[in-house]
Amino acid sequence: MSEAATPVDLHAQQVRKFKLQDMFFHQVTMVFAFIVLAALVGILISLAIEAMPVFREFGPAFLWTNVWNVPEDQYGALSAIYGTVVTSIIALVIAVPVSFGIALFLTETCPAWLRRPLGTAIELLAGVPSIIYGIWGLFIFAPLFAEHVQPYLQELVGDTPIISGWFAGPPIGVGILTAGIVLSLMVIPFVASVMRDVFETVPPQLKESAYGVGCTTWEVVTNIVLPYTRVGVIGGIMLGLGRALGETMAVTFVIGNANRIVGSLFAPGTSIASTLANEFGEADPGLHISSLFALGLVLFVITFIVLAISQWLIKRGIAKQGI
Amino acid sequence: MSTSQTTADGEAILSIRDLNFYYGAFRGLTNVSLDIAKSRVTAFIGPSGCGKSTLLRTFNRMYDLYPGQRAEGQINFHGNNLLDKKQDVNLVRAKIGMVFQKPTPFPMTIYENIAFGVRLYEKMNKSEMDERVEWALRKAAIWEETKNKLQQSGLSLSGGQQQRLCIARTIAVKPEIVLLDEPTSALDPISTAKIEELINELKDEYTIAIVTHNMQQAARISDFTAFMYLGELIEFGNTDKLFVKPTQKQTEDYITGRFG
Amino acid sequence: MQLYSRRILTNRIGIALSMVAMAFGLAALMWILWTLFYNGFNALSWDFFTQDTPAPGSEGGGLRNAIVGSLMIIGVTTLVSTPIGILAGIYLAEYGTTSKFAAITRFVTDIMLSAPSIVVGLFVYALMVATLGGFSGWAGSVALSLIAIPVVVRTTENMLLLVPPALREAAFAVGAPRWQVSLKVTLRAVKAGVVTGILLAIARVMGETAPLLFTALNNQFYSTDMTQPMGNLPVVIFQFAMSPYDNWVSLAWGGALLIALIVLAINIIARVMFRNKVSA
Repeated sequence: MSEAATPVDLHAQQVRKFKLQDMFFHQVTMVFAFIVLAALVGILISLAIEAMPVFREFGPAFLWTNVWNVPEDQYGALSAIYGTVVTSIIALVIAVPVSFGIALFLTETCPAWLRRPLGTAIELLAGVPSIIYGIWGLFIFAPLFAEHVQPYLQELVGDTPIISGWFAGPPIGVGILTAGIVLSLMVIPFVASVMRDVFETVPPQLKESAYGVGCTTWEVVTNIVLPYTRVGVIGGIMLGLGRALGETMAVTFVIGNANRIVGSLFAPGTSIASTLANEFGEADPGLHISSLFALGLVLFVITFIVLAISQWLIKRGIAKQGI
Repeated sequence: MSTSQTTADGEAILSIRDLNFYYGAFRGLTNVSLDIAKSRVTAFIGPSGCGKSTLLRTFNRMYDLYPGQRAEGQINFHGNNLLDKKQDVNLVRAKIGMVFQKPTPFPMTIYENIAFGVRLYEKMNKSEMDERVEWALRKAAIWEETKNKLQQSGLSLSGGQQQRLCIARTIAVKPEIVLLDEPTSALDPISTAKIEELINELKDEYTIAIVTHNMQQAARISDFTAFMYLGELIEFGNTDKLFVKPTQKQTEDYITGRFG
Repeated sequence: MQLYSRRILTNRIGIALSMVAMAFGLAALMWILWTLFYNGFNALSWDFFTQDTPAPGSEGGGLRNAIVGSLMIIGVTTLVSTPIGILAGIYLAEYGTTSKFAAITRFVTDIMLSAPSIVVGLFVYALMVATLGGFSGWAGSVALSLIAIPVVVRTTENMLLLVPPALREAAFAVGAPRWQVSLKVTLRAVKAGVVTGILLAIARVMGETAPLLFTALNNQFYSTDMTQPMGNLPVVIFQFAMSPYDNWVSLAWGGALLIALIVLAINIIARVMFRNKVSA
């Protein structure tokens, strides 16, 4: 022991102090972690409480009633749900193939020196605030779309039954289709980034052995990479869907804000988020504001489910790498 | 088994009895018993995965950090069983220091790297601390290289210097035992020679337990050597004797390079 | 041979389509940024930064009140969300491997990362605006914090998990208690990564409009009183862009450009910082 000895009582004191401090540290960090959890539960509870009057008044029929009449205090969520779902579907129909192409390009065919800058550009695109997509959509995209694309589309489908109904009506630029397209541009970076990340989890040996038997790049992607990363890719798509469903600004500017359901995709419509953005600030207390809270609750529950599935899939896709 | 051959010529500072270690359901150590002699160098050799690092990490309860790892048996240190649940691990670790395979300087200045551990259990003023830092750096034979840049980051040193800084940091706390877990395996031959020289100088004041994959190193620096295989202690004895005239067939096969 | 040439053709088409997709993505980015610069740049002037938002029908004006309001709201957001996010992240990294509570928190954090921000606005409205007597800058900061915190939590945790186990063990090996290992060694080792997370969180909330609509609301006058409705860039952009006045629309473009520039700058700084630290 000799010089190595230090006063024992000081040690014992320190040990006790450290024990208390560690316990305190554990508790404090846990409380902060709890805040995140509490926020989620708080959101659910507060929305449910505020939405109560509406469900008491209209019952669950609120969800599938197609009426939104503020002066007469009659509310139903159907038109907003319709707009939310349809714009999101349009967004995914466009975004999924494009994102897949981008991810494929970045992982398989892109020259190495370009990989990083292009990947970074896509990630930066994901960081652009959605209000900028919205203002661009309103002032730049919608007029061009009305003038050059919509008449052409109508000519193209002509009198084809059913499909011509989708593109009927005056080409005014803003509407469900425009909102879907702007939304697709917004979610492409998210979906492409996730797809690229899961594509990169494919072990090189697996791809090399496929190339080794003479597969082309396309064959490697469709036969090896995609089956291997299926789960993660679907997770990425669901993440994009979650984003699209809940997006406010990119949609509000260009959807036209009309609380009705028209078969045509050219017609103005509304989504849950855009209804909230437009009406909440000036809503009258009572049923109006309560029905807006109910819309928020519906949106939150839908996106929660979609995002939960997406997280589960992405994690499974990255952890077990495919299956 | 010649495990009963313990340290005849010295007082035991750690005595390990019937130690079993589990990674979940997998048993990493089986019935290990031996004594670590005070103020001597004890080396642990054996092929990869034989449990030598696992054994070393029981001495300072490092395995505690990982759920699912547990040890059973006795490791007696000043009459206390270190494996006892009531034993405070922080205090154990202050008394039994450890140096790792890769240099692990803390993300702070060279001075703070040393002072961090000292400050935990000792109250001292600035000049006492300055003295202690210099003392530790001198002991670890790195004072000359660092005395003019004590306020620079520990990461600015070379790999070999970082490892000596880590040794200085460990002895600055004035532990009784220093555990070295393959301390030179990530270093170049010159740095390795310096560390070995250092171990030689430190052994008068500290008890040293070293895990090494390098048999020559064990032969050069240790007083006692333990050969382990598949989680069991196969042979333990005086280094000279073990290398020249091993009693076990497996030991002989290993040190003559027939497997491993 | 026919089979072979068909395979080659399929491959060429596939690769060509992937390039088209990439070009499409980049073209969209370029187009959006270009129009943003083209329309926004004209609005940026001395007045833009020194005058307050104009009344309906009046000429000129600037966004001083909105810029100051945004800075204050985001400043408070950063001060609130940084400690909460870091400590929660530490909890997940330090104690999160075994506890069920941590697993649930991690899952919820991931969902909150992408949850609809407008719903967060509704929540804070119900929580603070409706109960505490009106719209306020504070409510705006709380709403943005709820969006920023998950970003900080997840980056902090991910960064801490990158710390080599040996460094943590080495800190324990000198006898340090857990809180010191955590705060003085591992957290310090990943300082750059954590700062990156904070920067990304700021960039994320910088352009968030929806949660501010019913919390901070807007204020057409210059105000630094956080207990009152507060002007802020995103809401002003939203209102002005939808307005019939040319000078308002122009100011909206200028504000959008300003936000985009700040967000891109923060993103790039965060990346450069993180890359330098990782390669070091």
